[in-house]
Amino acid sequence: MKKLFETAPPTAIFGMIIVAIYLILMLFAPLIAPYSETSIVGQQFEPWGGAFLLGTDNLGRDFLSRLIYAARNTVGLALLTTVVAFALGGFSGLLAAARGGWVDQLLSRIVDVMMSIPSLIFSLLLLTIAGTNALTLILVIGVLDSTRVFRLARAVALNVVVTDFFEASRLRGEGLMWQIRREILPNVMAPLIAEFGLRFCFVFLTISALSFLGLGIQVPSADWGSMVRDNATLISFGDITPLIPAGAIALLTVAVNFIVDWFLRLSSGLKITKG
Amino acid sequence: MQNDTLLTIRNLRIEGFSDGSWTEIIHGVDLDLRRGEVLGLIGESGAGKSTIGLAAMGFCRDGCRISDGEINFAGMDMRAISAQDKRGLFGKKIAYVAQSAAASFNPAHKLINQYLEGPMIHNTSSVKEAKKEANEIFEKLQLPNPDTIGFRYPHQVSGGQLQRAMTAMAMSCNPDLIIFDEPTTALDVTTQIEVLSAIRDIVKAYNAAAIYITHDLAVVAQMADRIKVLLRGDEIEEASTIEMLSSPKEDYTKTLWSVRSIKAQAKTPISQEQVPAIKLAGVSAQYGQVQVLDNVSMEIYAGRTLAVVGESGSGKSTAARVMTGLLPARQGQVLFNGNEVPISLAGRDKSDLKRVQMIYQMADTALNPRQKISEIIGRPAQFYLGLNKVQTRERVRDLLSQIELEPDEYFDRYPSELSGGQKQRIGIARALAAEPEVIICDEVTSALDQLVAEGILRLLARLQEQNNLGYMFITHDIATVRAIADEVVVMQAGKVVEQGPKEAIFAPPHEPYTKLLLESVPEMDPEWLTQLLEARAAATSI
Repeated sequence: MKKLFETAPPTAIFGMIIVAIYLILMLFAPLIAPYSETSIVGQQFEPWGGAFLLGTDNLGRDFLSRLIYAARNTVGLALLTTVVAFALGGFSGLLAAARGGWVDQLLSRIVDVMMSIPSLIFSLLLLTIAGTNALTLILVIGVLDSTRVFRLARAVALNVVVTDFFEASRLRGEGLMWQIRREILPNVMAPLIAEFGLRFCFVFLTISALSFLGLGIQVPSADWGSMVRDNATLISFGDITPLIPAGAIALLTVAVNFIVDWFLRLSSGLKITKG
Repeated sequence: MQNDTLLTIRNLRIEGFSDGSWTEIIHGVDLDLRRGEVLGLIGESGAGKSTIGLAAMGFCRDGCRISDGEINFAGMDMRAISAQDKRGLFGKKIAYVAQSAAASFNPAHKLINQYLEGPMIHNTSSVKEAKKEANEIFEKLQLPNPDTIGFRYPHQVSGGQLQRAMTAMAMSCNPDLIIFDEPTTALDVTTQIEVLSAIRDIVKAYNAAAIYITHDLAVVAQMADRIKVLLRGDEIEEASTIEMLSSPKEDYTKTLWSVRSIKAQAKTPISQEQVPAIKLAGVSAQYGQVQVLDNVSMEIYAGRTLAVVGESGSGKSTAARVMTGLLPARQGQVLFNGNEVPISLAGRDKSDLKRVQMIYQMADTALNPRQKISEIIGRPAQFYLGLNKVQTRERVRDLLSQIELEPDEYFDRYPSELSGGQKQRIGIARALAAEPEVIICDEVTSALDQLVAEGILRLLARLQEQNNLGYMFITHDIATVRAIADEVVVMQAGKVVEQGPKEAIFAPPHEPYTKLLLESVPEMDPEWLTQLLEARAAATSI
């Protein structure tokens, strides 16, 4: 394990440091943030410096504190949602490929129907029906994003299902779960990991977009999307403060993808040496 | 004499990049080729045949580099000339015919358009002339309907025709040197003959020089004037074909010559009351609407080998798929030890499944690259015999030593860390682990070098004796059948043409198809192809 980290490329180390910083911020938000998440501590739109390092927002809450707390909400939700999307989409994708026949047809057509509705509109619709709280947010985005994961998982698993070693496992009479777990999954890990990084970023952006539209994380909880929206007016005065949460999103996206790239190289190249 | 030399290679050294450093893979090979001469390069895989062939064009695959030596083609230093000059030569003066024509043609363009590329790029003739020339060459290569075949797409012609079309492409600019890289390896024996004779005639007719790369001695004996034997990037020896065949000097060459020397011990004939371990009774099967098996019956007995021979597409592998239940039969029965079993895989229980195991042709894809050897072999033992962890470990070690691999060394390896022959041995061990009654061997040696294949065959024979196994041995290689079979089934187009004990099948009188198949197997006699073609011509003219 130690050796593994020593061989990590600089980009991956950079990514890991960034992610570590985010994690620390998330875990120790109450200790690090100078003020609480929701209390109004000053005037509206106070400038940088003084008591408020990054000024205050449109209601007079400390911007820096909200930025730190937002990491908890946004990243935590995005991570959970991605896990849901992968658990659901990945499993059903592998199942569809391994079983084939009507199981595959049924699952694939359901996914087709879901994908034919623009996902943002679909999620707005579902959230309006189910109401917006953290749980419905996770489930709605998770289920909608699982369609993409399903497609990928099914496609890569189909390449495994046609191999002789998979046929050998069928001939042996192996159960479906064993086939998925031992024959398919290890061979499709690389693209799925790559997709995880990408999906995480998309989920993240979706949550921010929904929050920006007012249907994501609800007030007074802070999140980066709604922070951009609430303070957008500052842009017209040449103040870059609203861009900081956007920057936080961008930085995490880049960091996660650096790590994923490294994982990908490891999982695809580790055991394959040119004969 | 000096002007006659077309290609000279001196002290060629090529390095390949692997594991972060350059290692030499060709260790100083010399080569001379005169105009109109055919040189055969022969050796096992990894001997550097293709690498040398490509180097003659001044070309190296990715991850390789020419580190030293001279390559002189018609007075030009191929290592020094610019990429642009090289492009001027490729296709025009030097042409290359690859092993797999199916993979080398662009499936989206008609043959004639791909043929025209060479003459157009090099401006050797107008479209009209080139098309006319194409017809002539197609005709010389004995392609059917030479004036229209060019308008077909690659998937609309057979493998042998495609290989000839590729040869036609190579001839399009009338090159001085053609490099043939295993042009017939992927073909059936009966098709191979057509391609071999076509290539031989056209090379002679155009007075071109050729380098003919192959691992099949009998093939090279028909084609080449001189033979060069290579082993791991070194030249072993070089001599004229006749000399090389009659009196090879080096020990390695002699072993190559004597490979096909396994003789199965004569077994006692089957007694009347012996029940076949597996029997197909009047089986027919279909893929969709296409009938692939038509009323096929065959029997496999414990301790005996049934060889199933035929061209590709004759239904050999399909018969195996019906036996295993992967493809349910439409009609007929599958019987294990005299008892009928469900025709589809899903209907059979564990004890049925355990009885038949398979070994595949491509060991690369038959082993899960993400599982360790211990799991690949251990899983069937665990699954069928219900062994616990400790017992499974013991069983795997035992099996590894049975297949002559050192247990400690290989236990924790991944398939990618093994050679082709070792992978095939692991495939055998996986089949053995289930303690089956019958093992289906689907072309298990055809992807392997001769020496390695011989080792596998010997291993299979030993295991058969020890465990009283029945084998169904699917192959298109008659030499292998002669070596190991007890009974033979000859198949063509989904039907059984002839079946019976080996001695009866190989002794005249033959069924016409069996005769064709047997005749088409190249022999080590340089005159074999000529004589065979003459005999066939005489037969048709009567």
